Formats: sequence, structure tokens, C-alpha cells
Amino acid sequence: MATVTIDGIKVTVPDGSTILAAAQEAGIRIPTLCHHPDQAIKANCRICVCEVEGQRLLAAACAMPVWDGMVVKTRSPKVIEARKTILELILARHPQDCLNCIRNGVCELQDLAAEYMIRENPFTLKIKGYPKDTSTPSIVREQDKCINCRRCIGACSEIQTVHALGVEKRGYEAMVVPAMGGQLSDSPCVVCGQCIHACPVGAIYENEQIDEFLAAVADPDKVVVTQIAPAVRVAIAELVGMNTGELDMEVFVAGLRQLGFDYVLHTNFTADLTIIEEGHELLQRLTEGKGKLPMFTSCSPGWINFCETFYPDLLDHLSTCKSPQQMFGALVKTYWAEKMGIDPAKIYSVSIMPCTAKKFEAARPEMNASGYRDVDLVLTTREVGRLFQMAGLDFTKLQPSKFDSWMGKYTGAGVIFGATGGVMEAALRTVYEVVTKQTLEDVNFTAVRGMEGIKEAEVDLNGTKVRVAVGHSLGSARKLMDQVRAGESPYHFIEIMACPGGCIGGGGQPLTKSNRKRAERIDCIYVEDAGLPLRKSHENPEIKTLYEEFLHEPLGHKSHELLHTHYHPQHKKYF
Amino acid sequence: MAEELRIVLRNCGVIDPLKIEDYINAGGYKALEKARNMGQLPVIDEVKKSNLRGRGGAGFNAGQKWTFVYQASADQKYVICNADEGEPGTYKDRIIMESDPHRLLEGMAICAYAVGADKGYIYCRGEYPYVVDILRQAIAQAKDKGVLGDFDIEVRMGAGAYVCGEETALIESIEGKRGEPRYKPPYPGVSGLWGKPTVVNNVETFANVPDIIEKGADWFKSIGAPSYPGTKIFTLSGDVVNRTFFEVPTNTTIRDIIFGLGGGIPGGKKFKAVQIGGNSGAIIPESLLDTPADFDSMAKVGATLGSGAVFVMDETRDIVDVATRTAKFFEHESCGKCAPCREGTMRIHEIMEKINQGKGKAGDMNLLERLGRVMSVSCLCGLGQAAPVPILTTMKHFRADYNAKVKE
Ligand SMILES: Cc1cc2nc3c(=O)[nH]c(=O)nc-3n(C[C@H](O)[C@H](O)[C@H](O)COP(=O)(O)O)c2cc1C
Ligand code: SF4
Ligand code: SF4
Ligand code: SF4
Ligand code: SF4
Ligand code: FES
Repeated sequence: MATVTIDGIKVTVPDGSTILAAAQEAGIRIPTLCHHPDQAIKANCRICVCEVEGQRLLAAACAMPVWDGMVVKTRSPKVIEARKTILELILARHPQDCLNCIRNGVCELQDLAAEYMIRENPFTLKIKGYPKDTSTPSIVREQDKCINCRRCIGACSEIQTVHALGVEKRGYEAMVVPAMGGQLSDSPCVVCGQCIHACPVGAIYENEQIDEFLAAVADPDKVVVTQIAPAVRVAIAELVGMNTGELDMEVFVAGLRQLGFDYVLHTNFTADLTIIEEGHELLQRLTEGKGKLPMFTSCSPGWINFCETFYPDLLDHLSTCKSPQQMFGALVKTYWAEKMGIDPAKIYSVSIMPCTAKKFEAARPEMNASGYRDVDLVLTTREVGRLFQMAGLDFTKLQPSKFDSWMGKYTGAGVIFGATGGVMEAALRTVYEVVTKQTLEDVNFTAVRGMEGIKEAEVDLNGTKVRVAVGHSLGSARKLMDQVRAGESPYHFIEIMACPGGCIGGGGQPLTKSNRKRAERIDCIYVEDAGLPLRKSHENPEIKTLYEEFLHEPLGHKSHELLHTHYHPQHKKYF
Repeated sequence: MAEELRIVLRNCGVIDPLKIEDYINAGGYKALEKARNMGQLPVIDEVKKSNLRGRGGAGFNAGQKWTFVYQASADQKYVICNADEGEPGTYKDRIIMESDPHRLLEGMAICAYAVGADKGYIYCRGEYPYVVDILRQAIAQAKDKGVLGDFDIEVRMGAGAYVCGEETALIESIEGKRGEPRYKPPYPGVSGLWGKPTVVNNVETFANVPDIIEKGADWFKSIGAPSYPGTKIFTLSGDVVNRTFFEVPTNTTIRDIIFGLGGGIPGGKKFKAVQIGGNSGAIIPESLLDTPADFDSMAKVGATLGSGAVFVMDETRDIVDVATRTAKFFEHESCGKCAPCREGTMRIHEIMEKINQGKGKAGDMNLLERLGRVMSVSCLCGLGQAAPVPILTTMKHFRADYNAKVKE
């Protein structure tokens, strides 16, 4: 342990702690820009500099380890002068565009400019003047707003191992850019959106499609139907002034009706459906030798992009099940339209997703099994949060409203799709009962829960031992895939989610700088699951109706037509 | 009157650099043999006791640095020779390497033995391809003769970026990455090449080692300034009669170097200023010329010894123009990793251009001073920290020259 004096306050912290951590212990927040709690130290913005007694140079608090007896000043005149000057330097290269910016009000640079009272900048404004990169359907890059902190590179390279972003040129022309300085679509980017969470400013963000939504609800000829993904409710609370998980589901539904949706349905319903289809597919591969093992889940479109880009030789291992979003899209304009007596041509299907990759997935040319584009528009949790802001809704006063019928009921198994390990747990709940024909007494498979990168479990299915693994973040996926490629994978079934923590940490979720927030959302997901009367997908009454009246059997003809898909290798220009 | 004292350059022009026999006949590789008989710690202690300090600019005690690497437990350790020599006006390392390459190899081998490394790299300036050839030949000869034992040395060529002379950027470059400095600590002695304990020393530093081992620390300590003993090679350029190199004891004054060995200012002109240590060095006036050239004496007057480049300016030089050119150099050489240097070097150049063209205002001088103050304590590496030095020192010592150009 080391005892350090920070602005006159003595704290004792573990050896090797940084000044930043020690100051936090002392109750002092040192400003940061390049620092990210889940990434390696960068020490490139220098905004965190502090004065250390006996040292000529200022120390970067995020990188400098403390020593016993160290005396630090975090706001001496020398420090304030340095921070203000560095801020002025950064701001003089930054568009003065806050009013038009997607990060207005949620921007670390804007906050710092306010905190340090930057009024008149002595340096002349010099903007690079690059066009926006809108080459993907999911992610927009605004080069001019980039402050070169490299946090996006940390997310993309360290956590996702995609390496889509890098640094080009030197000196004041140095820039963080997609591979080879090209467009994002030419890079191996899988549009997972993790760089958005990492970015302190408005330099990378989701392709915002609010206008398309507003036009649809304004059109009297359109029946606007929505589906809500499992991870959305717990997190959207954070955007309407509540704590994580605090927004009641039916109050949320009421809010969505206020926005103009004609019907509110749930992706949890097709999550349950996915379990039935994928569970039977697994059994087929296990018992009939049809298809490759280990089988991978296929509900995370960022993961599918990753597999198609980096592991095109292993595509046969992917479950052929579409993601719950696309299963929903295919059914809403067939089964549901028929049941409701609505002309499918009039249905405008909007999904509310925690995910930027879902925008890409919905736009895939093969996703038109219904005869129309299955999902017309994907809005992220953040976009819907902004719509709620615009609508001026007070969620403490809204009266609860029920989901609409036929694709709105769900079980706890559907709910936990939102967390890493959830698909696996939901599948095991169903597969166990299908195989053993016995009731599963304890539905909680806790071994596959939590934030550890790769989790494993073994389940006994009537004497057959099934080994499963769960990986979240593409760095974990890469490890599991390399095992498979080397012929050394001990598993039968592997769940992979592209984003850390699973969908609750998706690229479209409320901005989260640390995994601690993700863990909190996961807890809320399991609380919701535990509180539901039905917790196994095959017990969902609307699922039963769907099979009785429409699909007839899992993996049947209709299922193949509407609910299953195929994969293609993706070839990128710079990969 | 100053006189040359050649230790490092003893064999320069005397032996054939491409013949290992010549070096051996002149007493070469004896120190390495002696070191191996002394034991690792005694070798380090001797170097530490000699107070040999880095000749690459930072002046760190070499033996101390070796101690860190010796003490670190690791399965692999490295010795790197910094021969990037990017500082304009400096070519001392080139002279050593092209005239006496085995001296460098011997110094590195002694270090490698002492710290327990079996792999070495020489990172050689990209503009010196023929020096790379000489080094490779010398290494091949030394291997043939078996003098290096199991110590293997590889020569790597730099790509021309000035910042790659900074030791951690150099390490990144050897690792095949973008040549950008790392934050410190950890220092290379703890976590260097491939994360392993690594000694990085300058060519001239290593070249001093064989003589220290052979003749002892006390002998070395008796030469030059006590706090920075030994000799230093200076390379003279600009408005000076003898534009060449000299090796002198470190207590020699700058005046002696310029007016003694250097022969003074040509054409009967008057001295105006001198910049020592290359582009990152201070620009100082006549009144400071009696300062001894050693590291600490220079630091005391706000100047720098740096690499030992001596750029002399006579009365006809436009000091503001000279400072503006250094600003352009740093704008061009900043790697762009850290915000204050990436943006600050560009701004210094922008404002200096303005002043130099007679468009500056009084406020610009204050802004430059503030910016320089901030950069010198906030930038991630020595490049950004030193970039304002020529500006701040000329504003201090040659204020009238600025005032003459600034409006109001
Ligand atoms: C921008 C910059 C450039 C440098 N260039 C060189 C160089 O060309 N040669 C060199 O020996 N040291 C150079 N250094 C110093 C090295 O970082 C390091 O201190 C030195 O190699 C250590 O060796 P020494 O202790 O023997 O001097 C440079 C430092 C900076 C900040
Ligand atoms: S990124 Fe931040 S500082 Fe820049 S324009 Fe947007 S809100 Fe303003
Ligand atoms: S969206 Fe994902 S893959 Fe693409 S650049 Fe961002 S982090 Fe990398
Ligand atoms: S895009 Fe954002 S995260 Fe990436 S370097 Fe620029 S400012 Fe930082
Ligand atoms: S000070 Fe300059 S050269 Fe050094 S790391 Fe920062 S930007 Fe790069
Ligand atoms: S937060 Fe410490 S240097 Fe950026």
C-alpha cells in the first residue's frame, strides 16, 4: 500500500494505483479524455496532468503510478494553465457545432469546455473539412469532430479484435481513420457500434433514422408496428430519468403508443420462437449428425458479420436460425397480418433494438421472406430515448398499456436473451425438457451468467453429456473460433454475442463507458426473468398457437421458408 | 586554449575500420575479455562509479540504467544501441561507427554480458546506409573471430522520422509498429522491447565503455567536469571557421569550442548566437559563452548539451527567422500522438510565421510563452517538451529582435 497526499488529503491505496485512482479515492475527480476504464492506458490527451512535488514535468494522472509519500496537486495554477491551454488547442481544431450535434448534452469535450470556462479561444479555428462517412447503414463517422483520443481503436482492436480503425499521417495531420484511410465499409468493420460507446465526442455515432420514423407515423396509409428487443427496457430507463431497469414494461408500451405506433409487439416472442427452432436444430445436429458441431448461435448480427468476414470457412457451424428481429419481421407480414386481417403491403415494421448491426441486418437483400422487406426500419434504444425526449413524456404519470396480441407474449427465457449467456440458458431450459420429457425443477443455469469473457458448462441430457460455452465480445469469439479452426474445440454448442455483456451492452444502447453499468443491466434482466410466471419458451401460449395454426412443426417447411437463412463470406477491400 | 582529447575517437583515422585485426592490434576486445573475468556486478559497479552519463541527450547514469536491467528478472533481456542520430547538425555517431565500429560492438557486448542479455540491436539512422554496411561487416567479422560469444547483434534501419530517436518510439519501430513514444514509467529498463527489460544507450555512450573497463572508473572520473566526466564530441556548423568535429573534455567552455578549436567567426564578422544540441537546443547569446559544456552547467543557464551539435550564428543572422525554422521542423516531426504537441507544434509555427512576416501582435508573444510553458511540462515525450526551447530562449535573450518585427 502507498500513502499519497492529494490536494492536502491523505489516502492509502494499493501499490501500482494511478494518481487518477488515488484521487478518486480522495474524492477528487481529475478530468480525462483518452482514459477508458476497460481499456489499456493511452496517456495521449494530457488533460489529466497534475503537479507532483519534486518533479519538473507534470504527470499524466491516468498513467502515473503513485509511490509512498507522493504529494500531488491536481489544481495548482500550473495545472489549470496546462489544462486550459490543451483544451483551447483541441477546441481550435473542432467544429463549433454543439447545437447541431448528436452528442449535444452528452459530450465529454463539451463538459470540459464548460468546466474550464473556455470563453475566448486565442487560437484561430482550423477545421479539416472532411465529409461524413455514411458508407455503412449503421455507423456514421464525422472525421472533423475526432479529437484523436483513440478510444475507438481500443474498443475495436483490444476488445473486439476487429482492427477496423487505425492512425494515419503524423503531427497535426494525424487522424484516426478506418483501415488504409478508406471508408468504413471498405474496412473489416462489423458495425457492432462498440466504438460509439468508447467515443467521448460526436465523431462516431449511429445512423440516426428519426425522420424515416416520423414520416411513417404521419402516413395514414401505413400501419406502423413495432417490436421491442429484450435488452431495451432495462436500459431505456436511463434515458428517461430513471434508474436502470426501473421503467415498467407496460408503461414503456404506453410511451410507445404516444409516439404513434399502431401496434406494439415484442421481440421476446420471437426470442422464444428462436429457442424452439434452434433447440431442435441442435438436437438434430447432436443426434442425427445433420450439420456441423459445435453449433453457434446466430442471433447477434455483429457476430454474423464477424464470422462472415474472419471465419468464412466455419459458416456451416452457424445455426441457420435468423435472429429474433428477422423472424419477427418475416412473421409480422405473413402470420400476424393474416391473423389481424391487415394488408401486409401496408405494414411498416419498426424494430427497437439495442444494436447498430441490426440496421445492417435488416437491410440485407435476403431478408425479404415475407415478400416485402421484413423489417422496414431499425431504431436504436438511444434514438427512441430521443423520441421520448421530444415527445415530452413523463413516465411517472403514464398509465400502463398491454401489448397487442399474437406476437406480444413472452417468457423469462425470451427476456434473458438480452444478457450474455441468456440464449444458452433459455435453450437449455427447453432442450432439457424436450429430450428428457421431464420437468426441469431449477431453471437457473448460473454457470453461464455474468461478465466473465468465456463461460462453460456441461449438461446431462439423458446420459448424453453436452458441453456448452458462452462468449461475449468478439475478442472472446475469436478465441473460441480459433479453437474450432484448430480442431480443438471441446464444445457442442456455443453462444456468441458481439457486444460485451451481450445485447444489454449493444452498440445502440444508452452510452456506457464501463462494464460496471453493463453488469447492472444484466442484474435487472435476471430480476425480470425471475418474476415472470412462465420461464420456458415452449410454454409460451402464443408460440403454441403459432405452431398449431401456422408453422405446424419446428424446422418444418414454413419454418425453413420464413425463419431460417444462409450465410456468405464477406469480402472487404482492406482486409 | 582548448585541446582535443581523444578517447572515443582514439582509433579514428588510425585503423582500418573494416579490419577487425587492426582493432585488436590497437588493444581492442581486451576490455570485453577483462569484463567477463570481472563478473557481472563488478562491471556494472565500475561503470556506475565512473559516472558515465548518457551521450544521447538525457544524461542518465549509464551504470544505473544497467542496474535496473540486471536486477529485473526475465527470460530475455535486450541491449539496444540508439544510432538514429536525427538531430540536425549532429554526426558524431556516424563518425564513431564509420571509423571504429568494433568499439561500439565491444561496448554493447560488455553491457550485454553485465546485464545478462544475449540479443542486441543497433537502430541506425536511415540516411546512413553505408554505415549499416560497415556495421554488418564488422558484426560478421566479430562473429567469425568468436569475440562476441553468444551475443547476437542485428542492425535495423530507421525510416527517417526524428521521433524514432526517442527510445520508446525506437522500440515500437523495432517491433514493427508506428514509431510513437510510449508513456513512462514503465521505463525500457523494466519493460522495453517486446515488454522485456532493455538497455537503450547512445553510440557515444557505448563507445566509452571499453576504455572505462580497461583503465578503470577513477581514470575516467578524473577527466572533464566531475558531474559529467569524460569527453564529448562536438560537431560544429554554421558561421564558424572550422566546420568539423572535436572530442574535448567536458569542462571545456563553449567559447573555447567556438573560438579556440572552431577558429572563431569567419569574414571578420561578430558572433551573435549559438544553438547547442541541435534543433531542440537553446539559442544563447555571447554572455553565456563561458559556460562549461557539461550537462549540468548548461542546464543551470537554461541551455542544453543535447547531442553536442554546435550551430554558430554571426551578426547577419535573423534570429527570429532561425527560430521560425525550428518551429517548422517540430511541426513536421511531431508524431501526432499527444494533444499538446500535435496541436502545439503547429500553433507555434503558425504564430512564429506571423511574427516573422511582420504581422505579429504583442499578444502573440504572451501566447507563445504560455504555449511553450505548457508544452514543456505536459507533452508525452521529449520532442514536444523540447520543441518550445528555441522559441522561449530566443524570446528571452533576443527580445529586441522580436520587438523589431512585432507591430504596436
Ligand atoms: C525526440 C527525441 C529524439 C531523440 N533522438 C535521439 C537520437 O537520435 N539518438 C540518441 O542516442 N538519443 C536520442 N534521444 C534520447 C533517447 O530517448 C534516449 O534518452 C537515449 O537514447 C538514451 O541513451 P543515453 O542514455 O546513452 O544517452 C532522443 C530523444 C527524443 C525525445
Ligand atoms: S462533439 Fe461535443 S463539443 Fe463537439 S460539437 Fe458535438 S457536442 Fe459539441
Ligand atoms: S463498429 Fe465495431 S467493428 Fe466497426 S469500427 Fe466500431 S468497434 Fe470496430
Ligand atoms: S473517433 Fe472518437 S473515440 Fe475515436 S479517436 Fe476520435 S474522438 Fe476518440
Ligand atoms: S510530444 Fe510530440 S512527438 Fe512526443 S508523443 Fe507527443 S506528439 Fe508525439
Ligand atoms: S486522460 Fe490522462 S492523458 Fe488522457
